[in-house]
Amino acid sequence: MTATAEPEVGKSRRRKEDARLITGRTRWTDNITLPGLLHMAILRSPVAHARITSIDVEAARSMPGVLAVVTGADLADEQGSLPCAWAITPDMKNPPHPSIAVDTVNYAGEAVAIVVARSSAEAHDALEAIDVDYDELPVVLDMEAAVADGAVLVHESLGTNKSALWVFDSAEAGTGGNVDEAIAAGEIVLERKFRQQRLIPAFMEPRSVLCDPTGEQVTLWSATQVPHILRLMLALTLGVPEHKVRVIAPDVGGGFGGKLQVTPEEILVFLLARRLGKPVKYTETRSEAMATAHHGRDQIQRLTLSATRDGTITGLKVDLLADMGAYLSLVTPGIPILGAFMFNAIYKIPAYRFSCTNVFTNKVMTDAYRGAGRPEATFAIERMMDELAAELGVDPLAIREKNWITHEEFPFTTVCGLTYDSGNYEAATEKAKQLFDYDGLRREQAERRERGDVVQLGIGISTFTEMCGLAPSRVLGSLSYGAGGWEHAAIRMLPSGKVEVVTGSSPHGQGHETAWSQIVADQLGVPFEDVEVLHGDTQSSHKGMDTYGSRSLTVGAIAVVKAGDKVIAKARKIAAHMLECSEDDLDFAQGRFSVRGTDKGTGITDIALAVFAAHDLPDGVEPSLDSEATFDPENFSFPHGTHLCAAEVDTETGRVTIRKYVCVDDVGKVVNPLIVEGQVHGGLAQGIAQALFEEAVHDENGTLTTGTFADYLLPSAADLPSFVTDRTETPSTTNPLGVKGVGEAGTIASTPAVVNAVVDSVRHMGIDDIEMPCTPFRVWGAIHGRDVDTGGSQAGGGLGSIEGGLQ
Amino acid sequence: MRVTMVVDGVSYTDEVEPRTLLVQHLRETLGKVGTVVGCDTSNCGSCTVHVDGHSVKSCSMLAVQADGCEITTIEGLARDGQLHPVQQAFHDNHALQCGFCTPGMIMQAIDLLADDPDPDERTVRHGLEGNLCRCTGYQNIVRAVQDAAHRLKPAAQADREHEAVGGGE
Amino acid sequence: MIPSAFDYARPSTVEEAVRTLAEAGEDAKVLAGGQSLLPVLRMRLAAPTMIVDLGRVPELRGVREDGDNLVIGAMTTHYDVARDHLVQDHASLIARATETVADPQVRHRGTFGGSLAHADPAGDLPAVALALGAVMVVEGPSGRREIPAADFFVDYFTTSLAPDELLVAVVIPKHTGWLSHYEKFNRVAQAWSIVAVGVSLQVSGGTIAGARVGLTNMASVPVRAVAVEQALIGQSAGADVLRAAAEHAAEGTSPGTDGNGDAEYRSQLARVLTGRALAIAVGG
Repeated sequence: MTATAEPEVGKSRRRKEDARLITGRTRWTDNITLPGLLHMAILRSPVAHARITSIDVEAARSMPGVLAVVTGADLADEQGSLPCAWAITPDMKNPPHPSIAVDTVNYAGEAVAIVVARSSAEAHDALEAIDVDYDELPVVLDMEAAVADGAVLVHESLGTNKSALWVFDSAEAGTGGNVDEAIAAGEIVLERKFRQQRLIPAFMEPRSVLCDPTGEQVTLWSATQVPHILRLMLALTLGVPEHKVRVIAPDVGGGFGGKLQVTPEEILVFLLARRLGKPVKYTETRSEAMATAHHGRDQIQRLTLSATRDGTITGLKVDLLADMGAYLSLVTPGIPILGAFMFNAIYKIPAYRFSCTNVFTNKVMTDAYRGAGRPEATFAIERMMDELAAELGVDPLAIREKNWITHEEFPFTTVCGLTYDSGNYEAATEKAKQLFDYDGLRREQAERRERGDVVQLGIGISTFTEMCGLAPSRVLGSLSYGAGGWEHAAIRMLPSGKVEVVTGSSPHGQGHETAWSQIVADQLGVPFEDVEVLHGDTQSSHKGMDTYGSRSLTVGAIAVVKAGDKVIAKARKIAAHMLECSEDDLDFAQGRFSVRGTDKGTGITDIALAVFAAHDLPDGVEPSLDSEATFDPENFSFPHGTHLCAAEVDTETGRVTIRKYVCVDDVGKVVNPLIVEGQVHGGLAQGIAQALFEEAVHDENGTLTTGTFADYLLPSAADLPSFVTDRTETPSTTNPLGVKGVGEAGTIASTPAVVNAVVDSVRHMGIDDIEMPCTPFRVWGAIHGRDVDTGGSQAGGGLGSIEGGLQ
Repeated sequence: MRVTMVVDGVSYTDEVEPRTLLVQHLRETLGKVGTVVGCDTSNCGSCTVHVDGHSVKSCSMLAVQADGCEITTIEGLARDGQLHPVQQAFHDNHALQCGFCTPGMIMQAIDLLADDPDPDERTVRHGLEGNLCRCTGYQNIVRAVQDAAHRLKPAAQADREHEAVGGGE
Repeated sequence: MIPSAFDYARPSTVEEAVRTLAEAGEDAKVLAGGQSLLPVLRMRLAAPTMIVDLGRVPELRGVREDGDNLVIGAMTTHYDVARDHLVQDHASLIARATETVADPQVRHRGTFGGSLAHADPAGDLPAVALALGAVMVVEGPSGRREIPAADFFVDYFTTSLAPDELLVAVVIPKHTGWLSHYEKFNRVAQAWSIVAVGVSLQVSGGTIAGARVGLTNMASVPVRAVAVEQALIGQSAGADVLRAAAEHAAEGTSPGTDGNGDAEYRSQLARVLTGRALAIAVGG
């Protein structure tokens, strides 16, 4: 056999996944067709809050090609309630969450009727023949209004718009001091309010789901991040036996948390396929995705930070309002709570209190979006660090250095009770400063200020950390999450020497097939090309917790390694038998067992063939090397990094241009540097987009006015700079690969770096905050001391320009 | 209405409803599912194909408008099992992650290289402004396009001419 | 999503197109490049019963000279207009603005006439056509007539074209050798203009002999910045003159308000962008 002399791990392998993706041989869910396939279309509420007084479907029923027209009343008894897996408090209010509205709609876009027809076109034609009467109710959209006395209620029966209040207090937990005392004694006390605007994950592949009820198992293909969770939730929600359901996530075109969901459409397609006995497919339009796929962020953050006059932080108090939207989806209530442990970030903060009020409004649900709780926390604390530096008149890097955990202090237990295993903030920061020319840009900034240039320069800093590798099951248990955080893997040694790796992780762009192959190639000493990674099908990959929270490498790949260890252990017994030696005399390296001190040996693939034949195995040894493992991490991992952004602000127009962006990330050991760099690039783009471009805006009636890509502005290649990325490498000590996770790092770190740069550019004009996204209009308004109203739609452009074609 | 078009070198004649979008015709009638739909406002560019040698968004064109045209999709680029140099460059430079935008991105990259065989970074970025990617931050895509430019400098113009042969107008 | 069903006609002459449109009545819609119409149809924001596709009418395509004028066929694509040597030589402002329309794919399909007939105040071409004194040649059942750009744009997405008339060509007086720039301000590259300014200057011996300035998205119709032009003509093309002239840019405009800017901000942008456009035109 061919041994791999040079280690695969650490190599910039080109991805296995690419071959099908660059040639169009991809299996997106919407590409799949089956004999007799029917198509579903959904009529959605145009109003955000109303009682449905009547639905007339008769005309639609007789339209050409229509097989079924169904309303919520028709499905009320079988649709169950969409799952929420995270009851953050025992008294959390969680209203029933129907897949299709029965008598009330609570957000614009909620399903009210569905048509199944021979073609998608005919289904959409029939939707237009359905007549729904709404008795409109007042809406509540603003979180502060929603928690005020006498507020309009989203769910009248709950008596409140508050879903839950979740509190962490370091004094009560015994992990730190009393924050109120710290603030009372603070020489410096800063209070700030930040707004995390609502974002739309905007994965490029619209969601699609196809259900085939004709087999013994009902098979559901879905563009999901979570096929395993989906299968269980279908069983629990609909009462169907779990073993009668197979879920397949074929090629999935991005997720970013947006496909970490059990969707109404998945339930409805399942129910209609079952009812009609025929395969049914639903693929959303982009407009439907914008309006109804869950959104992200949407918090109002109030922070109080106390410090001594020399800049040492003494306490931090955080009060959040978090917008749930109209219902609680899969992990909606837990998203802000994931941030609770990150506000202290890399700093030694002795006293800390976090409280979060989860609030219902008449908008689509929020849920996981890249970073999920941690970008919000990182933004707030990194903005506060800049504010503290400005208050004290010192360099914002110096104030960070004064408060961060030094590399000698690891492992370090934080004020939240988390133990950071490793890190080196000094090293990453020093490297970033050099790459950035920090001192040179500070000089230029001073010169521009001196000259009163039209274009001012700002420097933004973000020294972030995050918790990755969700998650130790005991921690999830302590947070009342409805499941564990383990991951499963299996390795099958095929008789011809090839290897199948089964993973419970469910990639949708990350490159697991390549990275897992590299890991297994090294571990078992087989060629990279001889490893096939199977995933995303509950029939082949029968057990898993799927992909989100930068967990795949730190949890999923570790399960693969554990399964590999078992394969080697099984093979060792057989090798000893074949080589007529003791197991203790065997060394295993590069795929070969060799008898120490001799030239005798055998390859692991030879053993696989011998096991297949099974003619001569030691007594009591089963004829298989195949092994599986389920890994539950003992701790999170804590990637960190230093991001530096230089932004130019045109003071006449308010336009922000990123002049230079440098980041040095420490994600521990790296399996594939090329993939890691790509993850950082993409993360940066999304974080920068939050800072500058993206915002889900609703009008006063609750209609999403940024409901297409013409209005919800994703940056194109022409709108982003090239980034300078580099790494330091401090291995994680919590897993055998020393890896930390990289999927969310760029997104988490970049948003505050950019906003800090924008604020820094105009701080000498007396400005200490600009709301996100920092649009030209907002920045110009700040410079000219004007409150800007970013609502309204009287001018040309965006969807208005498209609708103009009506005339 | 009866339409005939040559798609990836094969001539097809079909009866289509006038309202059928070109991309639907490609996907649903001809099975060319390599070309995908990512939005409904012609912003994302995922559906980009070449019609008579020029990139277009096949979601913003009716199948009947393509009657008599020669169309190239992502599925028609590789010749004799050899990837097109732009495909190869996307692979080599890790210019894709989830890959959903990739067919459109590659088709547009080929178009921009036909117009400018040696584009600077700014030209590449602006040449791709009609194609959205949510995964890569574009950096490796830009890198791939410039890499491809070096690989196929003399070939780019020939490609366009090849595609335009037998074009409708 | 797929559009609602419609009938489809593909005339091969202007005469046939006009007849087809007249016969189809008011629920018919003309399909030029389709880059604005197709998204509308797909989202079912409109459901015309008949689509008249001008894509196979050869006489509607191309750019030609006609004495002191250029004649741009209505169905000439943005791609072809921007690269056309006649346009570059004699109406460079049209070329500069056309290069910024949407994105390359849209420019391959979208047409000059389609953009003007669409009359989107945020569109890039109406303002520059207005600035250069374009005249629309339209044809209906009762024959041809000419409409000056100033009379063509009536309101948001509304022109003085009758429902049974087609825009067949656009006549643009030659501005040979004029210095032009189109300064577009939008939030991301493929977005519509928040405000944009097109300027074309005839500079002779350091003196500005002619000036044309058009504003995009500063009213419900494109606006010609007459006060700016007057402040320039006869003056030396120096920085102070350009800057002072630009201060007049918002005069006579009535910009709208949306999330990207209110009237005051748009007025500020008009002044700033006009100043920059003038400086770039003269300098470059």
